[in-house]
Amino acid sequence: MTLARPAEEGQGTLLRGGDGAEAARQLRPEDFTPAPRSVAAQRLSRPSLSYWKDAWLRLRKNRQALASLAIVCAILAFTLAGPLLWRVDPSAQVLTRISEGPSLTRTVPVLPELDPFEELVVPGIDPSPTADGASLPPPASLQWIGEPSVQSVRLRWAPVAGAAGYLVYRAREKPAGGYLGLPVGTVDGGNVASFEDTFDLEPRSYWYSVVARNVTESPKPITREVKLSPGISVADAQTLKAGARPGDTIRYPARPFGTDALGRDLLARLMAGARVSLFIGFCAPLLAMLIGVLIGGASGFAGGKVDQWLMRFTDFVLALPFLLFMILFKVALGAGPGKSGIAAMLIALVALSWTGAARLTRGQVLQLRESEFVQASRLLGARPFYLLLRHLLPNTLGVILVSFTFAIPGAIFTEAFLSFIGMGVEPPTPSWGSMCNDGIQTFLTHPHELLFPAAFISATVLAFNLLGDGLRDALDPRMRSLE
Amino acid sequence: MRSGATPMLRYTLKRLGAGLLTVYVIATATFAAMHVVPGDPISGAKAMRPEIRANLEKKYGLDKPILVQYGVFLGNVLRGDFGISFTQQNRSVNDIIRAHFPVSATLGVLAILVAGAGGVLLGSLTALFRGKLADRTVMFLVILGISVPSFVFAALGQFIVTKANARVGATILPVAGWGTLRHMLLPALVLGLGTMAFLTRLMRSSLLEIVHQDYIRTAKAKGLPPARIFLSHQLRNAVLPVVTFLGPAIAAVTTGGFVVETVFVIPGLGRYFVQAVQQLDYTVIMGLTVFYGAFLVLMVILVDIVYGFIDPRISVAQAEA
Amino acid sequence: MRAGATMAWKRAGWALAVCAAVCALVPIPFAASGPSSPTAPRVLRLVITQEPPQLDSTRATDTVSGFLLGHLMEGLTRYGQNGQIVPGIAGRWEIRDRSATFHLRRNATWADGKPVTAHDFVFAWRTLVDPRTASEYAFIMYPVKNAAAINAGKLPPSALGASAFDDHTLEVALERPCGYFLGLTAFPSFMPVREDFYVARPNRFAADAGDLLSDGPYVLARWEHGAEMTLEKNPRYWDAGRIQIDRIEIPYITTDSNARYNLFVDGKVDTLGLDKEQLDRAQADQLRMKAFADGSVFYLDFNHRRGRATASFHLRKAIQLVFNPAEYVSRVVGIPGTRPGISLIPQWVPGLKDRFRKEYPLRPVRQDAAEAARQLALARKELGGRIPPLVFLTDDGAAAARHAEYFQQLLKARLGLDVRIDKQIFKQRLAKMRDGDFDIVAAGWGPDFADPMTFAELLTSWNENNRGMYRNARYDELIRLAQSAAEPRTRMDAMAAAERIALDEVAILPTYERVIIYAHQPRVAGIVRHVVGPDPDFTFATIHE
Repeated sequence: MTLARPAEEGQGTLLRGGDGAEAARQLRPEDFTPAPRSVAAQRLSRPSLSYWKDAWLRLRKNRQALASLAIVCAILAFTLAGPLLWRVDPSAQVLTRISEGPSLTRTVPVLPELDPFEELVVPGIDPSPTADGASLPPPASLQWIGEPSVQSVRLRWAPVAGAAGYLVYRAREKPAGGYLGLPVGTVDGGNVASFEDTFDLEPRSYWYSVVARNVTESPKPITREVKLSPGISVADAQTLKAGARPGDTIRYPARPFGTDALGRDLLARLMAGARVSLFIGFCAPLLAMLIGVLIGGASGFAGGKVDQWLMRFTDFVLALPFLLFMILFKVALGAGPGKSGIAAMLIALVALSWTGAARLTRGQVLQLRESEFVQASRLLGARPFYLLLRHLLPNTLGVILVSFTFAIPGAIFTEAFLSFIGMGVEPPTPSWGSMCNDGIQTFLTHPHELLFPAAFISATVLAFNLLGDGLRDALDPRMRSLE
Repeated sequence: MRSGATPMLRYTLKRLGAGLLTVYVIATATFAAMHVVPGDPISGAKAMRPEIRANLEKKYGLDKPILVQYGVFLGNVLRGDFGISFTQQNRSVNDIIRAHFPVSATLGVLAILVAGAGGVLLGSLTALFRGKLADRTVMFLVILGISVPSFVFAALGQFIVTKANARVGATILPVAGWGTLRHMLLPALVLGLGTMAFLTRLMRSSLLEIVHQDYIRTAKAKGLPPARIFLSHQLRNAVLPVVTFLGPAIAAVTTGGFVVETVFVIPGLGRYFVQAVQQLDYTVIMGLTVFYGAFLVLMVILVDIVYGFIDPRISVAQAEA
Repeated sequence: MRAGATMAWKRAGWALAVCAAVCALVPIPFAASGPSSPTAPRVLRLVITQEPPQLDSTRATDTVSGFLLGHLMEGLTRYGQNGQIVPGIAGRWEIRDRSATFHLRRNATWADGKPVTAHDFVFAWRTLVDPRTASEYAFIMYPVKNAAAINAGKLPPSALGASAFDDHTLEVALERPCGYFLGLTAFPSFMPVREDFYVARPNRFAADAGDLLSDGPYVLARWEHGAEMTLEKNPRYWDAGRIQIDRIEIPYITTDSNARYNLFVDGKVDTLGLDKEQLDRAQADQLRMKAFADGSVFYLDFNHRRGRATASFHLRKAIQLVFNPAEYVSRVVGIPGTRPGISLIPQWVPGLKDRFRKEYPLRPVRQDAAEAARQLALARKELGGRIPPLVFLTDDGAAAARHAEYFQQLLKARLGLDVRIDKQIFKQRLAKMRDGDFDIVAAGWGPDFADPMTFAELLTSWNENNRGMYRNARYDELIRLAQSAAEPRTRMDAMAAAERIALDEVAILPTYERVIIYAHQPRVAGIVRHVVGPDPDFTFATIHE
């Protein structure tokens, strides 16, 4: 029986009860043979974890961070794989489907062609009389010419004696309280008693009102309701399907996110825009970080005059007017026709925003430079380059990484803001920011044009922020686990 | 030993000197940039006959060689005269700054107050109630505040107020404009939202970090009441990063309110600057750039000095030695 | 943390929040619209997009200045309710081939009581053409004798062909017969300026409220730069009896159309111009809308310089044959009532007795895909086998980008052309236009006076606004004839012939004639819109609560 057992069999053998007590009573010569040397002086109770592996484990446990990582991956997949699955041209305009909300596939019939509209001039009416507009009565009758359709609505009315012309209004609900609707037409001449409306007709009910006028408008209208059915004109149909004839049907493919003001598919544009926004959002901070770390690291490490001059240079870059230099870069880099302006914006953003990383790195390096392990390393004869690479930079990497994930939303926002003031990417390249800018004009009547790009921006920004939070918690050495 | 006043004074003077140099370099760089960019301040939508253009160029001194123009500009700046705006032809740039900077400054200061107070308050709340419902809701709102672009907030805010006024039948808050405290509330809130969200998180993480510190444990072990620990130890230390951030934030907010000023019709300086850039109004661009640059440099110096006072461990004067 | 301390913090927080809410949000209700008693002043409130650079009538160039000057000042003539020229400071006049005489009213006075005299007109006109004033609109006075020479520095300002025969008689000598001279006299550049007032404030004339002297319906009571302006009814105006609105306030200046809309809906302003995107919302909110054709014409300007693809007639013709202005107007421009573009000269322009368009009718060009393909093939041959990418220059507004994208897609789909959009902000776009660094640019022109000449002279070789450098000797000859002929018929015939040349050669591609939809509060009536003249015109407007 041996007194000291190899470590693999568990610790604390000596503390076990029964065997040890029995062994002590009977001593035999074998007990005095030399004990084997155990090389393993201590047992590793768990696998050795480097700083990074430990951080990764901690990150994995953080549910929020994992979720945000998943979102980031989903967005990347959307950007890269999306266009392969959803094969719709983001610049194809379908002018009959302007600003539609999300919709499924449907069909519309092709309407018969119309003869050209001929104005109805009633003979025997004085075209320029002098009665006061406010006293004019409404036209005695209001009728349609032909069959009203989404192609055109043609009206005719009985002329009013004393009128110098007429105004035609169109409302979406029954006119009340003096509200007549959108002024769709001005007719000059008291003897012209017809009008054709082709403006933006949708398949719904309209109330048309006609009032007489002579300088001022008569307050008394004649109103009539009409209900229009879905349809598409032959000319428009032929742009979608060659050789379309009246009686055919045209298929409108589904648009899950709706269409924009030129009838382009929003989903396809979001994918194309994702490329731009994410490319800028990722590359600009990346490059800015690289430059900032280099400059800040060198500045903090070198100290003295070098540090002072570099920091003054940083202050100078900080105080430059961003907008003006943005234009300058765009012009200097020839952001002109055909080029999307992404390169120019990227360079401008990098050139004007590396200062944050520089100051951060410098602060960290200054702090770490005086810490014990660095001093020890220096005493042991380490060269400056070795110190920088092996000790200082890796320890700042945590902070840098976190700052990087927070800089990404900032870059996306800056791009959105520049698009908002009209200095973003060149058309027709879409970006989420420029889509927001377009959508905000019609936010209250066609909310989908703003909501979807804004939601994508928000989701991306949110994901990166949470990821940054998680990374910071994971990389904080003070929170290293002790199990 | 000698008191710390003289090194501090020397340090301040050195920083101010460096600041002046910085402003000079900024002015020169902007002057160069402006003249490289194609276009000029006098062309308009309706083209001009050559004799009319010649007259205008002579009037504004644009026909002189560029080095001469630069010299004239520098001379004027030293005298404190930034010239007359090209687009507002009877107003000097000084007038513009004098009339509109106070508006931007008031808006900016109010926004910072809102952001600072809100940030510290909410950050403390979430740190105190960590993990509970209050924490989660506030953090969610904070994320929303960071991730929605500012112009969306501005437009939405204005729309909500309009609808509310219509519903109530009276003016709860003015929809736009400037003049009374009530005019300032909504714009300040919108302007400060992003900063407030950021400060909340900063405060929160700062507080959480401090909780683990040794001196807090000592204070608890000593038996100090929790309120005292929070107020005189945690809060004071956690506020440091917030103060560091405030310096550039003040400058950024006072000068970056373009969106808010346009949407809420506030006669501030941010609008003027963006319009000046778009109109290539040389004098206004130069004047405002120099002004902003000086302001920013001043703010940064101030914050560094204040930082030295707040945190006794840091002595910037010594750090420079 | 102990429960007690937590509670204390919570309570403090709530107390603070409640206090803040009470202080900030307790509504102090006040009536949104004006007072209702009959003796209270009738006030109109407006919002404008940009502050006028100054209100000096000898230097003003933009429409906001024109609007304000039309209410603050009055010239020899002005515009009536129907858009015709009616007597202003001048009660009657005689216009001859090369001269004119204006007889001023005896009861017309300045706001400080002194009478408006012919000397005031002479001084103002001389100041306009004086090269030291460097006025951008000096050219508008070139029909007056010696004006061009004075502006070029060859003669002193006193040589101008305008003189005061006596205090109330103004004699004008013209360089050549000018059929539209009467229309020019209503233009702001021709308004009077009193010499002693002007000279007493060097470089400060019309810079602030106290530095402008009115002879028109309103005086400038208050001007806070960048913030607000107030106009008060001028009791000394000779026709003050017809002015029904006592005060016009402009409390807001902003470029944001949403802010303007919200202000209108909130009752803070009385009129509102609507963008295409706001029409749906306006219908939902049931705003009282009116349409106004503002007389401006929009077109695509081609670059005719050598070496550019658009210098090829066949290419331009092909583009003309695939462009459908009706589709463009109804889908992309999106304002109801907008007229598809037919010609450089829009349909409202008066001719001899009736509209110019009615007297010289044009057939709109019909689209023809086959012919367009043929023209394209000819263009390809002319340009050496392939057509290079075309540069479409546009400005930085959201609507402009949308229009450019429409054309890009149209030309790609119908003709297979590669069009690249070059978006530039205002000044850079102007620079590129001047340098000829474009192939197609979207352009527009608003009329200065009511005669075809304001549009027709755009394509002459001497006009600076002819950015595409279109050159046609016959066109120049016809316009010169129209400018110097005394006989109205000859002028109109010449301009009609020139118009036809421009269209046949596709010098430009007319796209649309603009209509503006605007809304007004029900309490305001009688707003007059002018195609030429101060627009909108509130001198005929009334307010009834």
